[in-house]
Amino acid sequence: MKYFRLVWKNAWRKKIRTLLTVLSVFVAFLLFALLSALGFAFRGGVDVADAERLIVIDKISLINLLPMSYMNRIAATDGVDAVTHASWFGGYYQEPRNQFGQFPVDPQTYFNMYPEFNIPAEQFEAFKRNRTGAVVGQELADSYGWKVGDRIPIQATIWTKADGGRTWEFDLEGIFSTDDPRGSSALMLFQYDYFEEARAFAKGTVGWYILRVAKGADPIQVANAIDLQFANSPSETETSTEAAFAQSFTKQFGNIALIVTLILGAVFFTLLLVSGNTMSQSVRERISELAVLKTLGFGDRAMLGIVLSESILIMLMGGLLGLGLGWLVVQGLAQQMGAFLPGIFLSPGAIAGGVAMMIGAGILAGIFPALTAMRLSIIDALARA
Amino acid sequence: MRGLRQIFAVTWLNLRNLPQRIGSSVVAVIGVAAVVLVFAAVLSMAKGFERTMISAGSDDTAIIMRSGSTSELTSGLSNDQTLIIANAPGVLKDGDTAVMSAELYVVVDVKKKSTNTDANVPFRGIQPGAFAVRNSVTLVEGRMFETGKNEIIVGRAAQREFAGLDTGSTIRFGQTEWHIVGAFEANGSVSESELWTDVITLQDVYRRGTSFQSVRVKLQGAGSLQELKDALEADPRISPDVMSEKEYYSEQAAPLSRFIKLLGYPLTILMSIGAVFGALNSMYSSVSVRGKEIATLRALGFGPISILFSTMIESTLLALVGGIVGGAAAYLVFNGFQVSTLNGASFSQVVFDFAVTPDLLIDGLYAALIIGAFGGLFPAIRAARLPVAQALREL
Amino acid sequence: MSEILARLEGVSRIYQKGKERVEVLHELDLEIPKGDFIAIMGPSGSGKTTLLNLLGGLDKPTAGTVTVGGAELSSMSNSQLSHWRSTNIGFIFQFYNLLPVLTALRNVELPLLLTDFSSKERVKRASIALDIVGLSDRAKHYPRELSGGQEQRVAIARAIVSDPSLLLCDEPTGDLDRETADEILRLLQVLNREHGKTIVMVTHDAQAADFANRSLHCDKGTLEAKEAA
Repeated sequence: MKYFRLVWKNAWRKKIRTLLTVLSVFVAFLLFALLSALGFAFRGGVDVADAERLIVIDKISLINLLPMSYMNRIAATDGVDAVTHASWFGGYYQEPRNQFGQFPVDPQTYFNMYPEFNIPAEQFEAFKRNRTGAVVGQELADSYGWKVGDRIPIQATIWTKADGGRTWEFDLEGIFSTDDPRGSSALMLFQYDYFEEARAFAKGTVGWYILRVAKGADPIQVANAIDLQFANSPSETETSTEAAFAQSFTKQFGNIALIVTLILGAVFFTLLLVSGNTMSQSVRERISELAVLKTLGFGDRAMLGIVLSESILIMLMGGLLGLGLGWLVVQGLAQQMGAFLPGIFLSPGAIAGGVAMMIGAGILAGIFPALTAMRLSIIDALARA
Repeated sequence: MRGLRQIFAVTWLNLRNLPQRIGSSVVAVIGVAAVVLVFAAVLSMAKGFERTMISAGSDDTAIIMRSGSTSELTSGLSNDQTLIIANAPGVLKDGDTAVMSAELYVVVDVKKKSTNTDANVPFRGIQPGAFAVRNSVTLVEGRMFETGKNEIIVGRAAQREFAGLDTGSTIRFGQTEWHIVGAFEANGSVSESELWTDVITLQDVYRRGTSFQSVRVKLQGAGSLQELKDALEADPRISPDVMSEKEYYSEQAAPLSRFIKLLGYPLTILMSIGAVFGALNSMYSSVSVRGKEIATLRALGFGPISILFSTMIESTLLALVGGIVGGAAAYLVFNGFQVSTLNGASFSQVVFDFAVTPDLLIDGLYAALIIGAFGGLFPAIRAARLPVAQALREL
Repeated sequence: MSEILARLEGVSRIYQKGKERVEVLHELDLEIPKGDFIAIMGPSGSGKTTLLNLLGGLDKPTAGTVTVGGAELSSMSNSQLSHWRSTNIGFIFQFYNLLPVLTALRNVELPLLLTDFSSKERVKRASIALDIVGLSDRAKHYPRELSGGQEQRVAIARAIVSDPSLLLCDEPTGDLDRETADEILRLLQVLNREHGKTIVMVTHDAQAADFANRSLHCDKGTLEAKEAA
């Protein structure tokens, strides 16, 4: 660390040049942070999926409904600890573009299944007691400015009411939040009983079942056992882990991960060019100074170290700032637009990866200039001066 | 005129010794190229998607769904209602029968070739009028399906993108086996991402009774849409949403296309800022390398304006080269590249290809010009203002 | 006199320039006693800078041996030479070669970064060296804020800060006016007579030679004594 002053001073030798390079690095890592967070959102909660929860859907298609009668049969299957259900309501709030998840559920069993949802006890009790009650996630409440006690009308697109109307009104009884910052709480839950009673058609059905595997039981085995039960029936089932289910969606988005990687690839390639150019200019300008260091007795390792440290320092300066701002922006986006970009999150893994890339990029950009510095002939360099 | 001649002279000098500053110059060019490449690539996705969706819709076809549905999937019409529509004013008739197709679609799982995972593909039941109500759908392989049999024709795009859809093969959805007897093309529009069969067969297999989701009708003429709309809305037996097919598909395309643009534009802006920094860097270094030369020119009597402009021109030219390189790369690599993705609105896959259109490339060049201008401005000012004595010293 | 600090025996240095073989030094013998102050003069290309480089371990002879302070330089590896140089040799150049990004004090401190001294200790030693050359009041100044003579004195302070036994000077007054040059030469004399530093100085300046103990003439790769001290 005693070399820090030397490295620092050398880095800022040409202030504008270093500043512009740092800014380029800053932009690159800001992009990295944003694209990583977006990529995370597109993984649809794969990372927070509970390994012990399974989802049961209609084998032919997710949009087909399952009979309510399956509930008890699933509960009775070996290895199943608890079961609940949910359905896709698919309405919108005020305008067609305000779409988010609304699910009619059985409150108690649903919240038992998802212990990561936290809600104040009184609010939950009020919800259970109110047939037309609903609870929403904190992200959703923030996005639309809802408070407990509000009346929230949802326009149904699929589910017309038995009386012909299409507006379903709910009393907001509570607001819940998730433990895990990676999970999304941009959804609305209401009473299945109300849904069942008021809807015009498809009575006695649900969208899908969620079950918890008993401790020690093999999720795959349980899944197969369930599907076997309903094989060759009018509604065959497909049971998969929550993670697999989430993944099946993200896979449908084509290869978002690939596109993000390609874009970041282009960004970093350019970044390496810019910093590599800066570093090689920086070394070229001070060949005689570097020669002097060698005459003073600075050995090969020291010479390499001095140049590489400068390169890495520039990367870290810009990169940490970029990641920092990126993190703040992601926080802001998650808060303001949680409904539209559920699950947007800059994971610790991404941050660690970013830092590793800063160091790697610093080494790559600086390695050739560093080798030049290390290998220079003192005599030739000084003679040229 | 003398000023202009000076500018040309200095610019020519600048460009002639560019090879000496080749390192920095290449960096600036590549920086701009990367921005234009990413811009063109991302936005060509939106363009391609829009093109596929919108070309499906025609102005002289109306689509009727239950009012309030956001898409066909969430709509529902009874058989009686379809008959009401068939007899409504404004509907083109072929002899006595209306040119129309009442349709229903479900979503089935088919494996995507590229990722080998399941994808939601639209499986549509059509009536005989389906070809007539759409523009340019033609059967290109095999034959049309027969009613009462489990036969399917597949869209060309779907055939390319998803596995097991070759003409002559059999595919199983759930309990039922279906035979693929032909393939159709539809001008690259979204219809090509679908599987089609007889609607009655579909209703039967998927236990939909006699309900449909939508009705498409060919309109008689210019004012027919309004006529049809008024008549149906006035009818108490039906509460419809009536719109032109073109309008419907534009709406369907909007969310995803908006989403892509919402991501694409900020991304491009951010990258452009980065490119401006890169260009600034190159230009500052270029100016400092040319310090002695600039001073000499000034001493010889060339005005500061000529220095300023020549620097700006150099920067802009470099950026333009970058823009052309990036645009060309985008076109060569991405244009026509087929992808498919989930369209939230229809909850099923849409197959489309990247469309690197001329207007995108021109937008990219504009972006390059702006980057070049910004990247050259401050260094140009510095070059023009450099005190001669100092410049001669600053070798 | 006293013990011999540096010895060159049968030293030749031949460069291969394409097809040409250039013999810069030819079978040179030289003994430098401890505490000596030698001026080496001669025309350009005579090999005097090469001689200096060999003494400092910056170059290796094509034939013969170079021994300084008991260490046989010709047999040492590059990293060994680096390490050896840091404690045994002080270089002074015509163009000072100070790092423009560091202050005078930090420039002088540079060689000490290679040691295990604490930060406090390094600053203390650097300050002492600056004091010896009479520039304590300029410690926080950057090279661009110093005159040519002052820069050279900082360079000298840097050369002596790790207390080397041998100082090698390549045209130390080449870039200075007469008055400043004499100041520098007087300083070198002080270092030689009061601090016991052995100095080998290559110079064009005839008057500079007067400050040394003895002069040698280098021509066509050989040395001849010019006049006795």
